[in-house]
Amino acid sequence: MLAFIARRLGLLIPTFFGVTLLTFALIRMIPGDPVEVMMGERRVDPVLHAQAMERLGLNKPLYAQYFDYIGQLAQGNLGESLRTRTSVWSEFTTLFPATLELALAALLFAGSLGLIAGVVAALKRGSLFDHGVMGISLAGYSMPIFWWGLLLIMFFSVWLGWTPVSGRIDLLYDIPPVTGFMLIDTLLADEPGAFVDALHHLILPAIVLGTIPLAVIARMTRSAMLEVLREDYVRTARAKGLSPARVVFVHGLRNALIPVLTVFGLQVGALLAGAVLTETIFSWPGIGKWLIESIGARDYPVVQNGILLIACLVILVNFVVDILYGLANPRIRHQR
Amino acid sequence: MSLLDIKNLSVRFGDVTAVPVVDGLDLSVAKGEVLAIVGESGSGKSVTMMALMGLIDAPGIVSADSLQFDGTDMLRLKGRQRRHIVGKDLSMIFQDPMTSLNPSFTVGYQIEEVLHQHMGLKGQAARQRALQLLDRVEIPAAASRLNAYPHQLSGGMSQRVAIAMAIAAEPKLLIADEPTTALDVTIQAQIMELLVGLQREQDMGLVLITHDLAVVAETAQRVCVMYAGQAVEIGHVPQLFDAPTHPYTEALLKAIPEHSQGQRRLTTLPGIVPGRYDRPQGCLLSPRCPYVQARCHQQRPPLDAHERGAARCFYPLNLTAEVA
Repeated sequence: MLAFIARRLGLLIPTFFGVTLLTFALIRMIPGDPVEVMMGERRVDPVLHAQAMERLGLNKPLYAQYFDYIGQLAQGNLGESLRTRTSVWSEFTTLFPATLELALAALLFAGSLGLIAGVVAALKRGSLFDHGVMGISLAGYSMPIFWWGLLLIMFFSVWLGWTPVSGRIDLLYDIPPVTGFMLIDTLLADEPGAFVDALHHLILPAIVLGTIPLAVIARMTRSAMLEVLREDYVRTARAKGLSPARVVFVHGLRNALIPVLTVFGLQVGALLAGAVLTETIFSWPGIGKWLIESIGARDYPVVQNGILLIACLVILVNFVVDILYGLANPRIRHQR
Repeated sequence: MSLLDIKNLSVRFGDVTAVPVVDGLDLSVAKGEVLAIVGESGSGKSVTMMALMGLIDAPGIVSADSLQFDGTDMLRLKGRQRRHIVGKDLSMIFQDPMTSLNPSFTVGYQIEEVLHQHMGLKGQAARQRALQLLDRVEIPAAASRLNAYPHQLSGGMSQRVAIAMAIAAEPKLLIADEPTTALDVTIQAQIMELLVGLQREQDMGLVLITHDLAVVAETAQRVCVMYAGQAVEIGHVPQLFDAPTHPYTEALLKAIPEHSQGQRRLTTLPGIVPGRYDRPQGCLLSPRCPYVQARCHQQRPPLDAHERGAARCFYPLNLTAEVA
């Protein structure tokens, strides 16, 4: 197990450098530079422009800029935003809980509903329910997030008025940030009204963000479950006189979960990518919205390091999933 | 009274008009008796026992006049009542031990599950009993095997665990569905020895589904020979081997390789088992039978009792008095 972890950690190093190189290159490929964007429509005085670029260290050759960047990272310094002059790390840590709250809510929604729908569809294979679930999940998977989000806003927020259109909480409430999780902070602040309001704000974006993972998990669970239910050991479990619920959920699902877990891990990456769009649609003050704005402003340090932090997070989650995978599957755990 | 009494069991897949996989089968097993069911693949041996266990799912259709087991008609039982019997008084071990154990749970867990379900044993008591069972099925270092996962065991070891699971609740009837087919020859003998030992010790009925006639000769008291879903001959062990009364049984015995020693080719029965679309109108064996007569092509013979058992043949062999 230790060797397994060490090998996985070793693989992280090239991944890490790949990400830095990619973000560094990609943001610079977009036309314009931070100074131009800050100056806006006005014609930029070439002298002032050159001075500003020099001050930011952006006049150096690209390789030198890259080495500066890596050198900075090596010291654990993520730099500061060109716009706000606050450190990227502190901006990230302030905004990240909002994204995490949204992503966790979306995962909870996708995971619970997807598992149930997948298991039931597998048990009732070929039924109307099965075809319904598979059809809807294919539609859900193919749905562009931004369009789906707008559709839900129009229906639930505008026509039915059930949920708010945007934001995390109503402006009426002033909740001191303790954990950064609005649902927890409202409870800590002992404001039940605010809690309900925050929940209302969370539901729609969580559904929008969770739709694709939901579809993927439902389909994966169904096919894994169908495969497992045909296995000899499921017949053995039935021959033991165990209840159908125990046969399906203990002997079946336990084995079907192994491939589903992998997909679950992969979806975390998709989820953070989806968060960028979802947060923009719902004006959710998280890192997705932050990154979009930073790209618009060519805020190089924020874009580079923000994406780097997200990439690290995705790598970390997949790493954890790999370990969980070993825990869930004894055949992998005992491999040397 | 017999422990198991199956009357007119039929199993179909699809709808009631489909060709039956098991076709009007009558079978009984007495308490403490070893009955072997032999026949080639697809003759309905396993399906018969799966039907008894309630393991046939849609689109399978099970019909019978009765499936009496230990005074209860298994056919009329529903869900929960059936599960009080299945796995407890009536248990089964399967052909491939490597896939019959759940890879995600330890051996101990899977045995204790039966003890919990049917004997109400929990915790340390269940663990102790599981350990005894592993000892009983002659697994070396049983204590350390309790925490092993199935993939860490060999095939023979896995089958021993499966047997431990099946006998955990002290069944009255154990069904062994080709228990040694997937194992090495040396292990086969050990497993058979174990099964027979357990059968004698606990005085349980044993239904042995097998291809191996040598095993039948050594262990069973009675044999049921199946062909294309029907019982074609039922007889007692030494007699049936010495003087089979059904042409198919005779052909099976002749096909044992040892009987063809010195010949260039092994003796076989030409042709194949009739399938769904080429079932003969008369006796199902008629296209392949070396003794076939005109009547065999027109009528299906019933399973008629004779002096040494029963045969589904108009012209049974090796009988002193003609039964016709």
